[in-house]
Amino acid sequence: MMDAPLSPAALVAAENDKAVSRRSRFLTLPALAIVFVFGVLPLVLICIYSFLKPYQNGGVLWQFSTDAYLNFLFQRDIFDDTLQFAPDFLIIYGRSIWYALFTTVVCLLLGFPTAYFMATRPPEQRNWWVLLITIPFWSNLLVRTVAIMFIIRDEGLINDALIYFHIIDKPIVMLYTDFAIILGLLYSFLPFMILPLYSSLEKMDFRLVEAGYDLYASRWQVLKRIIIPLAKPGIVAGSLLVFIPALGAYVPPLILGGGRHLMIGDLIAQQFGSGRNWPLGSAQALILMAAVLVALYFYSRNEAGPVKHG
Amino acid sequence: MLYGEDIAVLPPYKRPVNTVFQSYALFPHMTVAQNIGFGLEMQGKPKAEIDARVAEMLKLVRMEPMKDRKTSQISGGQQQRVALARALAPKPKVLLLDEPLSALDYKLRKDMQIELKRLQTETGITFIFVTHDQEEALTMSDRIAVMSKGKILQVGSPHDIYDRPAVRFVADFIGETNFLSGAVKSSAKGISKVKLDCGPEIAATADDGLKSQGKVTVVIRPEHSNLCALKQGHIKGVLENAVYFGTDTHYHVKLDDGTHFMVRQQNEGGSGQNGFKVGAAVGISIDEGTARILRD
Repeated sequence: MMDAPLSPAALVAAENDKAVSRRSRFLTLPALAIVFVFGVLPLVLICIYSFLKPYQNGGVLWQFSTDAYLNFLFQRDIFDDTLQFAPDFLIIYGRSIWYALFTTVVCLLLGFPTAYFMATRPPEQRNWWVLLITIPFWSNLLVRTVAIMFIIRDEGLINDALIYFHIIDKPIVMLYTDFAIILGLLYSFLPFMILPLYSSLEKMDFRLVEAGYDLYASRWQVLKRIIIPLAKPGIVAGSLLVFIPALGAYVPPLILGGGRHLMIGDLIAQQFGSGRNWPLGSAQALILMAAVLVALYFYSRNEAGPVKHG
Repeated sequence: MLYGEDIAVLPPYKRPVNTVFQSYALFPHMTVAQNIGFGLEMQGKPKAEIDARVAEMLKLVRMEPMKDRKTSQISGGQQQRVALARALAPKPKVLLLDEPLSALDYKLRKDMQIELKRLQTETGITFIFVTHDQEEALTMSDRIAVMSKGKILQVGSPHDIYDRPAVRFVADFIGETNFLSGAVKSSAKGISKVKLDCGPEIAATADDGLKSQGKVTVVIRPEHSNLCALKQGHIKGVLENAVYFGTDTHYHVKLDDGTHFMVRQQNEGGSGQNGFKVGAAVGISIDEGTARILRD
């Protein structure tokens, strides 16, 4: 059998295998095309735009210029045409990073106990909890953010109720503050923290917790030495899923911040809208992307050797 | 109660007891050495002491070359040994082993049984070994407690448990047994004459204080009986089946009242079955003093 030439059936099978692999490669083409047209191409376009000059009514002038990047840090004096350091954009970037970091940490603190609770329910109950967590996704983010606005504004549900019960005389100003923006960010991104944490914790073997107690670990030590290290993939994934979109968030700061506390997302949108400075918007978007990539690079280097399950 | 101290009120992490889990429950994010040192570390022992004890444990379970491996990179038997070392490292007063060998294949299980015996002797720690394998229970223990439905039915040496089962469950659960019902005719000096339902009358021993009147159950272990010529047997029946096991043969005999009786007889070379034919009427002789009356 070994020495005999391949039987006709085997040859046909080999041909079929080749055909199948050719066909399956062919089947990936639509997805690749979409990624290229809507992912790679716009990125290239943005890259090119950032090195051009703005056209008066939006759009670009096809002339090479590094003004967009210069304008990010400096302002050209109207009278003597010298460059002056203008930290306005940097402040917005700093604020965005601070908001995003704060949101990530609070999401982690709120999300971990929630995910732990879900993962320790009987298996048949867990899917219900996952469903409850995903309910917010059933309606539009904009609608939900406007709803928050109605709850926290001066004549909103909270203030009206507090005044009605004579707990306060004057409404507490919550809308259009840092608090409002962070509340909006927390609300928008908490599920993105809970779900990866849950999937990590759900896979965990809780007999390890029992073993920890058996070996004299206190509850805090079990959490620190066993549960958290094993949930690390979920913590990393959840943190990235919250931090990155929170950094570029557009809707919550726009609606709840009232345009007074801009975040990067709003800033970029402004350049393409009322600012009519597409190159500057493009440069700002690329700088954000570069910052995220650099941060991720250092993050992954510090987290050398991610924890593997099993 | 443990050494005069009530430990049921203590939380698990304060009890001087360690456990070897059925699934081993080794920490997958730690190395073999870190696993073994975990208990000591949690007790707040100084690092030098932990290192010394871990080295000692690694040597005890012969896992020194593997100390820096992750627990996912070692075999089942090795994981078992690490689990043992981890539980022994904090020098518990009692070691609980929850069916520790059930996940291992037959050969490895035999090796680990010997290994466990050695560890127990070397460390001098009390091992409480939970098992469903009666053979394992008999070979490994100094004392056995047979439990059913949360109650301890009998506590005793392996000998006691096997040869002097107190109740029917114990006799049935540990090893194979024949149960014969009958009625006591007379008793003297702990020996009763029992008239069996299948006809004949035999002598059976009874523990002190057992009823020596009325209906009783007599137990006879298969290896305490032998097939013989019809006339020489204490009881008789028809040979229904003979199953060859290499070292011995199991003969299934149907008694006159329909009860099944199993005889286990060592093979004596030549052609199996020792000359008995299926379908033939045979006698069964019972070794003297081995039939026992059971407390029901």
